[in-house]
Amino acid sequence: MSDRNRLPVIQDETAGCGADSPSRRDFLRTAAAGAVIAAVSGCKPDAVVEELQRRHLTELSPARLQEMLGKLEKKWSAQYGKAVTVGARPPMPGVNFGYGLDLSRCIGCRRCVYACVKENNQSRKNPQIQWIRVLQMDKEHGVALNHATPYYDPEKVPEPGHFYMPVQCQQCRHPPCTKVCPVKATWKDPDGIVVIDYDWCIGCRCCTAACPYGARKFNWAEPNLPAAEMNPVTDYLGNRPRPMGVVEKCTFCLQRSRSGRYPACVEICPVGARKFGNLLDPESEIRQVMERKRVFIFKEELATEPQFYYFYAT
Amino acid sequence: MNIPSWRAVLPFAAAALVAVPLAALGGPPPTPAKAPAKAPAPAAAVQDIQAEPPPFSEGIFPCSQCHDKAGDPTPRQLAFHDDLQAELHHGPPSRWCLDCHDNGKRDFLHLINGKQIPFTESYELCGQCHGDKYRDWKVGVHGKRTGMWDGKKTYFLCVNCHNPHNPRFKALKPEPPPIPPQEQGR
Repeated sequence: MSDRNRLPVIQDETAGCGADSPSRRDFLRTAAAGAVIAAVSGCKPDAVVEELQRRHLTELSPARLQEMLGKLEKKWSAQYGKAVTVGARPPMPGVNFGYGLDLSRCIGCRRCVYACVKENNQSRKNPQIQWIRVLQMDKEHGVALNHATPYYDPEKVPEPGHFYMPVQCQQCRHPPCTKVCPVKATWKDPDGIVVIDYDWCIGCRCCTAACPYGARKFNWAEPNLPAAEMNPVTDYLGNRPRPMGVVEKCTFCLQRSRSGRYPACVEICPVGARKFGNLLDPESEIRQVMERKRVFIFKEELATEPQFYYFYAT
Repeated sequence: MNIPSWRAVLPFAAAALVAVPLAALGGPPPTPAKAPAKAPAPAAAVQDIQAEPPPFSEGIFPCSQCHDKAGDPTPRQLAFHDDLQAELHHGPPSRWCLDCHDNGKRDFLHLINGKQIPFTESYELCGQCHGDKYRDWKVGVHGKRTGMWDGKKTYFLCVNCHNPHNPRFKALKPEPPPIPPQEQGR
């Protein structure tokens, strides 16, 4: 979100707390709606009202945010039977993430797909959600989507005559997905990562339609995340469990990368095709790639300007 | 990860045990000390590398267990390391063990100029012929690193991914394909 578009930051949350509330009418309306929903759903009215009164994530006071995260931690720790942490790691100053993928190395083994699913708590099946899609393409035709399939399943990869192009969120500099979101549930953070507040998402799927890379996935049903496989180290904008009816996508593993670690797909790749680093640091791996190799961006003609670069190292 | 098989690393292991006993046992490499805070300057990279230990097998390394003195340097069909000789496909057919393994100090490798290097620094040896890959590897463009993108990294050595006797990367069984939408229950 650019400064121009940034919503005003409210230091302390007093909305709906009584006579000094900024808008009594808002409060009454929300409370009434909450009461109706609570009556219908049988939830505790307090919790529902509170949920409906919440402000946008970028407007929450630190204390309110911590309180909210604490509640989520408690809820999921009980649900999954392990100590779940929910962070809200802010973007690191002076960092703008870039990603490199060496198409001459990738063998299409899909290790990255499943490492991502595991790290980011995606729904395993019905709906099956995978943030990375590996496309098999023909060497004869080059990068051509009309000669690409994600469903290849041979005994061994790579297959002769083919190359492989993994596609995930490209973290565009001009993301069409955030532009179309009617409720500002998704936005671009200063470190380049396009994030989603799953609790703010209304599930309209405009972003899914706007994304030219097919990177956004929708939870058509209640996500199927086995407790034993749940990764308890989560971030509010990253890999925390998602409810049904919201959109999700790759976040460069922000629960890892905003703590200085490589994304899970980088660490699993058996051929070292995936490169990750800070675009503002001339010594970083991604900058070294750009210095030495010819990189290209996917669907350049759409002017989305991805921060995800493909290259051929040989 | 395409780690060379137990059989494949036998001779390697045999040669390297004296030099780097820690590495052989899967312990920390001899000079793990400081990993670069940022990506290292190319010149400093080699000293600062915190690498995965070379994939030795226990029991075969150090090589000096058996090779206690220099042997016959003549290229020939070997009786003991015949399995390795059979799988040796690296460069021209004239390639011979002692092109890389040192005859005098069996637990070391040697460069073309005669300089003996431990197995943990085998990238120098590989870099003699594969200079372009070596250059890329030092700055992180070729090869794999794990750990912190802005801090301490573990570097994979050439031999962690490429069996030095048969360096071509082996084909892998792919993980299952995604389920097409029409086959997913709603």
